[in-house]
Amino acid sequence: MQTNSWVPFFPEQASTFAWQVDLLYFYLIAISVAFSIPIVLAIFYFALKYREKEKFATPDEIHGSIMLETVWSIIPFVISMTIFLGGAIVYFSQYRIPDDGMNVYVVGKQWMWKIQHETGHSEINELHVPVNRKIKLTMTTEDVLHDFSIPAFRTKTDVVPGRYTYLWFEATKPGRYQLFCAEYCGLNHSGMIGWVYVMEQRDFDAWLEGSVAGETPVEQGRDLFENKLGCASCHAGGPQQRGAPLEGLFGREVRLVGGQTVIADEEYIRNSILNPSSQIVEGYQPIMPTFKGQVTEEQLVALVAYVKSLSGADTSTQPTRAPAAQPAGGTGTQPAGTGPTTGAANR
Amino acid sequence: MQNADAIYPDQPVYPKDNYLSNGYTLKSWLLTKDHKRIAIMYLLSVSVFFLAGGLYASAIRLELLTPASDLLETASYNKAFTQHGILMIFFFLIPSIPAILGNFLLPLMIGAKDLALPRVNLLSLYLYWIGGALTVWALLQGGVDTGWTFYTPYSTTFSNSYVMAVGLGIFINGFSSILTGLNFIVTIHTMRAPGMTWFRLPLFVWAHYATSLVMILGTPVIAITILLLAIERVAQVGIFDPAIGGDPILFQHLFWFYSHPAVYIMILPGMGVISELISNFSRKKIFGYEFIAFSSIAIAVFGFLVWGHHMFVSGQSIYAGLVFSFLTMVVAVPSAIKMFNWTATLYKGSVSFDTPMLYAIGFMGLFLIGGLTGLFLGAIGLTVHLTDTYFVVAHFHYVMVGGQVIAYLGGIHYWWPKMTGKMYSEFWGKISAMLVFVGFNLTFFPQFILGYQGMPRRYASYPAEFQVLNIFSTAGASVLGVGLLMPVVYLTHSLFFGRNAGDNPWMLPGLEWRTSSPPPTLNFEESPVVTWEAYEFGIESGLDLDEARRRIRPTVVS
Repeated sequence: MQTNSWVPFFPEQASTFAWQVDLLYFYLIAISVAFSIPIVLAIFYFALKYREKEKFATPDEIHGSIMLETVWSIIPFVISMTIFLGGAIVYFSQYRIPDDGMNVYVVGKQWMWKIQHETGHSEINELHVPVNRKIKLTMTTEDVLHDFSIPAFRTKTDVVPGRYTYLWFEATKPGRYQLFCAEYCGLNHSGMIGWVYVMEQRDFDAWLEGSVAGETPVEQGRDLFENKLGCASCHAGGPQQRGAPLEGLFGREVRLVGGQTVIADEEYIRNSILNPSSQIVEGYQPIMPTFKGQVTEEQLVALVAYVKSLSGADTSTQPTRAPAAQPAGGTGTQPAGTGPTTGAANR
Repeated sequence: MQNADAIYPDQPVYPKDNYLSNGYTLKSWLLTKDHKRIAIMYLLSVSVFFLAGGLYASAIRLELLTPASDLLETASYNKAFTQHGILMIFFFLIPSIPAILGNFLLPLMIGAKDLALPRVNLLSLYLYWIGGALTVWALLQGGVDTGWTFYTPYSTTFSNSYVMAVGLGIFINGFSSILTGLNFIVTIHTMRAPGMTWFRLPLFVWAHYATSLVMILGTPVIAITILLLAIERVAQVGIFDPAIGGDPILFQHLFWFYSHPAVYIMILPGMGVISELISNFSRKKIFGYEFIAFSSIAIAVFGFLVWGHHMFVSGQSIYAGLVFSFLTMVVAVPSAIKMFNWTATLYKGSVSFDTPMLYAIGFMGLFLIGGLTGLFLGAIGLTVHLTDTYFVVAHFHYVMVGGQVIAYLGGIHYWWPKMTGKMYSEFWGKISAMLVFVGFNLTFFPQFILGYQGMPRRYASYPAEFQVLNIFSTAGASVLGVGLLMPVVYLTHSLFFGRNAGDNPWMLPGLEWRTSSPPPTLNFEESPVVTWEAYEFGIESGLDLDEARRRIRPTVVS
């Protein structure tokens, strides 16, 4: 099932689950054909064999048959359940995001895709990834709905303002694959397209070397945290600490005022920056101001990456290239408390 | 084969007193309470909207002939597909069968003088006109570019077009639907002629009962949704826009909670028409009457539980996705039951191939494809790949055009002699039915393939490798367009030059065929008493078939 490109009706199969989607598609085509042919033949056979021989004839009445009705209710039901199960299995492989993926951040914007690698490389409308590696996309948008869709990988997910959505894939073949925005997003929707470049690991490393890396998301986030936004004045620990400590926070359960608990995931961190008063941590005063309007989605992504890094949950544990090249001292404060998997386990 | 001229060498009489001759002034139409006249006014207005929606469709297909966005610039293309959708769905598909055929025939079929609430019926028409006029005004002012789905936050915060005016048009038009549904339910409950028990009702009536339930339960939700949209857009209250504290996915839930059942508002009446056509043109009692009747109700009920299948990739919980996928599979079963029963009805019948029956057979083929591809889209792992591609576009056109529009045309041809008293040309009727069938398949089948290849919908320009199939599609659309325009010509022609149809040209047992064509204002000379079952073609029906046979072949006898 490696390649299907010789069949003109199919897009290339280039991800680990592409063949599953195609298999399900063939199964449904087979069922449709098996279902249609007898019905169409019966319609034509009956219509011709019993065609009107005398005007206004009154053929004998046939009222129906409970037996037949039961049979032709149960059989379609059973078949539809097999389709449901097949669909569910494939769906789980598409949408259960693995913990050990290489992180890439995506911000959609009318009408472009801004892509940020953990190494600090950023791209627009292009995504370079190594082959045979799990890639996890964490996505949001600055404005309206978008949808990150790669037909050759047989997957897509809406990109929703105000929250993170996730997409993962593991490309199986080096090559260049079309990327579409599949959710209507206004004037230049059909121009919001790009390419995913799947490369051998060594080519990918060469690509990383050859292109200019900016600050990594974690570095950007630390800069924002310590300098630009001044988060550190309350959250950095020490005698001035008025806000909750963030070390080891990511992935942990947090008790809120009122007794609820939430898991501190990306969504929670994002929300705590934008709407701090909506989820007050037990034991703290609601004194944090909102940063809504002061941070862009990209800065939020960086801040989230930084807070994750404080728990050792960022993917510096999954080096994108040779570990030595990883910016040194990414986080001076990596506590050993929470293992790297705790944070990502619920994704 | 038997064209009308051979069957009816001597013309039946055209009744002097009928609902059409009851006043010729504009006032006698605009202030009428006669359900038949209201139906005729709906027919004219709905046809205008169908034509307008069709013009947008032509523009879309012409633009897609080439990969670049050249004939229409992107902004115009976005408006074209939005307005095509809005006009076709809210102003053609939803009102067409219920408001035209349902309005005309429900009272006739159950032996009533009119609908239970004639003034409310007229009010529905005026609401339709007001909503329609407002929408058309907004389109002429500059239109709307949000897609017919009005997804937030694009529609509330970003779109710089006439969202509110169109929203208000749809809001007002929704009340037309609600009142029509209410009217039908009250009528079916209270106005049935003596002897017309629930299980003697034609299946057309059952289908309208189910449709009416969906109309009165579902339509208020879209009204509420549009209201919330207006509140957000005008007053900046955060409901759907996350920038001001709202949730864009909430809009999708509310929107599809109406708009999925709305699909059944569109298709159920079509299924009702097809049940009539298959049974009557096979001259045989429909197979499994109760199963078809209750499958309509089942579809209406389950239809309310599957809205989430439009949102499989919206980021909703994967477990919610599973539940909606499961329920979607369940709702496929009653449609399959109908399909089997229609096929079984042909068995040992006396099948004739008049124009309406050609449409009915075409419907069975197209709805089969439309229904089966629905399973593709319900299979949740597969639909992740297919969502928002041309596969979806092809699927819903197979159901909406291949299903509903074909059924509507079949119904118009079937009841045309009753509505107008005139017979159209069988020859041209058949040609047009076949052109529609061929043109339709050529237009939309290639789109399934395009969709699997990954071509996204709502794209003004597209990668060049998709061009060949798009050319097929546009070519098909031109055939389809000719097929759809032909009835306008020969049906209009028949009004002036057609033969008189006679009360019951096909000698059918339904109550609507037991009054004159066109019917008198009060529908029946004397109130009917029903003593026969639905679709009873034999002696019990009381029809004088021998006399009818003598009447049609005097040339052979003499």
